[in-house]
Order: sequence, then C-alpha cells, then structure tokens
Amino acid sequence: MINRTREILIEKGLFITAIFSIIIILLIVLFIFREAVPIFQDYGFIHFIFGWEWAPSEGEYGVFTMIVGSLCITFLSLAIAMPFSFLCAIFMAEIAPDSMRRILKPVIETLAAIPSVVYGFFGLIVLVPLVRTHIGGTGFGILTASLILAVMIMPTIISVSEDAIKSVPLEYKEASLALGATHWQTIINVIVPAAIPGIITSIILAMGRAIGETLAVIMVAGNVAQIPHSILDPVRALTSNIALEMGYATGLHYNALFGTAVILFIVIMILLVIANYFHYKKKIVVGGGYL
Amino acid sequence: MLSKLISPKTTQKLMNGVLWASGIFTIIILIVIIGYILMKGLPAVNLEFIFSEPIDSGRAGGIAPMIVSSIYVTLLAVLIATPLGVGAAVYMAEYAGETQIVKLIKFGAETLASIPSIVFGLFGLSFFVIFLGLGWSLLSGGLVLALMALPTIFQVAVVSIESVPRSYREASWALGATQWETIYRVVIPAAMPGIITGVILGMARAISEAAAVMFVVGSALSMPISIFDPGRPLPLHLYVLATEGLSLKNAYGTAAVLVILVLIITITTNTLVERYRRKMMGR
Repeated sequence: MINRTREILIEKGLFITAIFSIIIILLIVLFIFREAVPIFQDYGFIHFIFGWEWAPSEGEYGVFTMIVGSLCITFLSLAIAMPFSFLCAIFMAEIAPDSMRRILKPVIETLAAIPSVVYGFFGLIVLVPLVRTHIGGTGFGILTASLILAVMIMPTIISVSEDAIKSVPLEYKEASLALGATHWQTIINVIVPAAIPGIITSIILAMGRAIGETLAVIMVAGNVAQIPHSILDPVRALTSNIALEMGYATGLHYNALFGTAVILFIVIMILLVIANYFHYKKKIVVGGGYL
Repeated sequence: MLSKLISPKTTQKLMNGVLWASGIFTIIILIVIIGYILMKGLPAVNLEFIFSEPIDSGRAGGIAPMIVSSIYVTLLAVLIATPLGVGAAVYMAEYAGETQIVKLIKFGAETLASIPSIVFGLFGLSFFVIFLGLGWSLLSGGLVLALMALPTIFQVAVVSIESVPRSYREASWALGATQWETIYRVVIPAAMPGIITGVILGMARAISEAAAVMFVVGSALSMPISIFDPGRPLPLHLYVLATEGLSLKNAYGTAAVLVILVLIITITTNTLVERYRRKMMGR
C-alpha cells in the first residue's frame, strides 16, 4: 500500500517536471507581453510594426526598418549557407568514408558549440577589415553579418539534412543503382527528393537561429536603423535593437523594446509551426533537430 | 543542356570532387576560426591573466572574477535544469505512452529551444530580477541559463532512455520491482552515458551564452562571493571588451579561454559517446 502511494506520488512529481517547460513558456509569454502592452496601446500596433522611424528621444517607435534588416541578414545568410551545407550533408551521408566522417562529425559539433560572441569577435577583427578593403563600404553591413551568420547556421542545416538523407530507405537507392544510374544520379534524382521534408525542416530551423542571433550580428552589422539599398549598407536587426538599448531604456521606450521581443517571439512561433508541419506530416524522422 | 554534353561518368567524378571539397572546406573553416583566435589569444593567456582581477575596467589585468562568474552560472544552470530535464524525459519515455500530452511536452521543449536568447534575457529581467526580486545576481543569471539548457538536456535524455532495451525493464518487473524501482535501478543507470552527454551539451550552451544574461547578472567587475552577488561571465566580458574597444589583447585572451573551454567540452562528450558506442557494440 505504501509502495503504491509512493509510486503515484512519483508519477505526479515527474508529470510536473514534464509540463515545466510549458509553464515556463506561458510565463515568458505573460511577462513579455505584459510589458509590451503599453506600446501597442499608446503607440498603436500597426504604427509600431510599419513605422519607418525609430527615434526614442522624439517618441518615435517604428520597427519596420529593423524587420527589414533582420530579414535581409537572414535570407542572405541562408543563401550563402544553403548550397554549401547541402553538399556537405550529402558528402557526409553518402560519400565520406568512415574515417572522414569521424573527423567531420566533431568538427561540425564544435562549429555549433563556439559561442556566438566569439563568432562576432572573429567577424569584427577579421571579416570587417576584409570586406572594407576588398569589397567596399565601411565593412559593417548586411554582407559581413550574413557571412558570419552563414557559418553559425551551417551546423544546423548540415546535421538535420544529413539525418534526413540517411533516413531515406536503402531500397530506394538500391532500385536506382540497379537500373544503371550512377551514384550521383541516384543522389540527385532519388535520395534528395525523398529527403526534401527533412531538408526543408533544416532550412526553417536555421532561419530561426539566424533571426534570433543577437550579439554576433550587433558586432558586425553596423546597427543603423535604416532601409538598406545595397548589401554593403549597415542595418539594425530586431534582436540588436533590444540588446543595444535595454541598458538605459525607461518608460515607453522600455515597453517598445519588449514589443520588439513580442515580434521576435511571434516570428519564431510561426517558423516552429511550419517546421513541425513538415516534420510530422511528411513522416520523415529527423533526429536532434532544434534551433 | 549541360547534362547531355557531359557523360554521367564524368559528372560522377566531377561531383565526387565537389563533395569532397565541401567536406574539407568545412574543416578548414573551423581550423581558420579556432586557429586565428588561439594564435592571437594564447600569448595573452598565462597564470597571471587567469588568476588576477581586471584593472581599469578590463584595460589591463586578468579575468579571474569572470571565470568564477561563469563557473557559478553554469553550475547553477546545470544543477537546476538536470533534475527537471531528466524527470521530464523519464515521464515521457516511461509513463506518458502515446497520448496528446506527449506531443505537447515535445512541442514545449522545441519552443523553449528556439526562443531567441535575447528574449530569454528580457524574461529574466522582468521575472527573476524584478518580479521575484532576485536582483541583478548570478542566481538570476543561472536561472535564465537553466531554462536555456533544459530543452537540450531533456531531448538528449529522452533519446537515451528510449533506447534502453525493453527486455531490461521486463527482467526487472519479473523480479517483482515496481515501475519506479525499475526506472531508478535499471533504466536510468543504463541510460546514464546518454544523460551525461545531454548535461554536458546543456553546459556548453550555458557557458557560451552572453545575450541572455547581459541584463540579468549585473555585469559587475568585482569578484563574486555568493550567488546573490552580481557578476560578469566570460562571454559577456568578451562582448564588452570588443565593442567598447577597451583592450584588444585582453579580448583575444578571453576569446582564447572560451574557445579552449568549448573544445574541452566537445572532446569530452565525443570521447564519452565513442566509449559508450564501443561498449554497446562489443557485447
């Protein structure tokens, strides 16, 4: 009898730990949205999102330029990282001998584990002068930020795509090879199409990581709140806006920064729902896939 | 079209080359970044740099208080997140079955894993620092980092608990053990290497985070004594040194220390996983 009570108590206790992350998410939503309410009420939600001017000292809190900035950096970094990461994923899943795989796996894990501040620092010290002397501009801008972000999101795309490619049933490959196709023809016409849902998941997860990245972007993007005209122009990302001004913000300015966090939160939730759709609907299991 | 001009055999050879090049290029990227940081940073790292306090807000002196701060927040994060993450994983793998609640728990962990670190920072500021009144302290920082390490620990623990063979559990039940006795004495010990790997990965996430703690730990330069003191973990110190242009030499040194810590963590996990894999294969 005592045993039974204990078993039930343990189960209830474990249940609480299991729903703990849900409780935390609700708390995050509550506390971020609560602080953001005044900016949506006093300044107006539409005005806040589509306003072009960010000048807290003059009471202007439009974050549109930063939404554009975040999107520019995210898409350019994806464009740089994607082709290369797919090739690397195919290499690891299909071509690489065991010895090479045993080197590449920890290399990719280490790339994923390097602190974002170290990436930012590397970008600031090495990439900014490189872009300034060889390509033009001040060196601080979309291109530099995208280059450093591309390296940061590569591990996500490579490892999730690799899992997707590996989980394609062997029969598909054997059937294609038996028909006389070369290995490359099999890869490009059979294996990759079958792995597409997993590959899309990897892109969306990488996108989430790129949008959420803060300090590495601050250190190289220039942080001017403006609509960029070329990829060498400086921009300010949504995340950077919070990190740059939170230290001294008060009043409505403080609420506006929480409002920026609300926008980030909503974007990430949308990406997550899309990723989950591809992940579950298409029934291809990709392991270890999270942002 | 191109595919008609070049024979499949030639394409095969060509693409083999391209694929090999992409693999090798990945390794080169890592070597360039780590090599550059270590080459520039290691000359600045010596015993004095590690064991002395910063002078003139970091322009000179060492990083001892930052190392202590990093140890405090990382240990706090892991100590808080491990029981929660492993408990949740045990519940999901052993009790929940195939219910709706499993999907909810999984989605919760995924969401927690993908919230941007700066949003965690704002939450920490409004919840731990202000609402709970913990102030700008290492405790608040450790709590925020615990939330960030939690999904990593949980996700890795679920996989390793689920991969414990069912026959282990059946043998234990057959001996008259209850569900919890089976979990505690059989399943968790068998899943231990995986659980430890998850904890180390969570630790890696906590030790390298700066954005989430920048408005939570107080960014003080003095040596923290208790967890209620403000502090400044290493990544945050590197950020301040680099962006405020205080001292390039000390920034390189701090970056090198961080890179070495991360390398130690990745090498340890890989050795653990490899040893475990060999043990399981060699039966």
